Amino acid sequence: MEGKTAIIGNGESVLAFKAGGVDAFTAVDEKDARTLLRRLARNYKIIFITDDLARPLDDLIKRFNEQAYPIVVPVPSENGASSYARDKMREEMERALGVDILFNREEK
Amino acid sequence: MARLNVNPTRMELKRLKASLSTAKRGHKLLKDKSDEMIRRFSVLIKENKRLRDLVEGELSGALRQFSMASGLTGKEQLEKAFSMPAVGVEADYKTKSIMGVVVPDISVKEERRSGLPYAFADITSEADYSVRKITAVVSLLLRLAEIEKAVAMLSDEIERNKRRVNALEYVMIPQYEETIAYIKSKLDENERAATTRLMKVKSMLAGQNS
Repeated sequence: MEGKTAIIGNGESVLAFKAGGVDAFTAVDEKDARTLLRRLARNYKIIFITDDLARPLDDLIKRFNEQAYPIVVPVPSENGASSYARDKMREEMERALGVDILFNREEK
Repeated sequence: MARLNVNPTRMELKRLKASLSTAKRGHKLLKDKSDEMIRRFSVLIKENKRLRDLVEGELSGALRQFSMASGLTGKEQLEKAFSMPAVGVEADYKTKSIMGVVVPDISVKEERRSGLPYAFADITSEADYSVRKITAVVSLLLRLAEIEKAVAMLSDEIERNKRRVNALEYVMIPQYEETIAYIKSKLDENERAATTRLMKVKSMLAGQNS
């Protein structure tokens, strides 16, 4: 696996990813996750991050959009998925197209 | 719209006309680029949504199962069990270009071995299922990562491009057109002035001679 993918999470669930060949790191709070993400961004191609940790780091994650790598991907944690990834998709879509073509059916 | 601050000369007129035609051509090209990027984007974002739904469904189930399973085992024991390096997905990390935007291109090379990277005695069998499931999801996650990044980068680029198109359409081109019209009217005026002057001089000369 030569250190290409990593996961940052806040619970034991990251261990399950470790068994899947992803290097696991735990972060307890936002500050922790922020420094960890900065450090990992230098060495890893893909960094998964549980979405409850990802939401406060949104500004940092957006900055990675300038280059192709590293890719930061929000994944659900063991508490289930939050709406972070969905919100992000919607935001990108509205910015690019000006309209919502995916989620309008799900509203109300 | 303000016109540019230039001297109303033929030289300037010629220069501005060239700039205007360049601006118009650039505007058309950028607009075409924008259309194509939006088309690509809408395909990608649909794929993104599909994968995201799939992955989130699979993963949250598996993770919940895993946390149940790990509850039965001690934390130390769990960490010990997973301290072995596992063989994961082999993949190539390259880049490709979509409409000039450099996006990641990941190709998964092979499926990993199916064995579990820990001793069965260490951990409950519930964990096995969830770990297997997560291992299977990892290659899906790589695909999701690739597409999600492409979507994000493309949306940035579309926005930037839109700004360029608007700047050309609503600022540059009207400015050039207005300045060109101004220079033309100025030059025409000069010409009329010269003609009337000549006619006047001619009539004065005719009056003297008779």
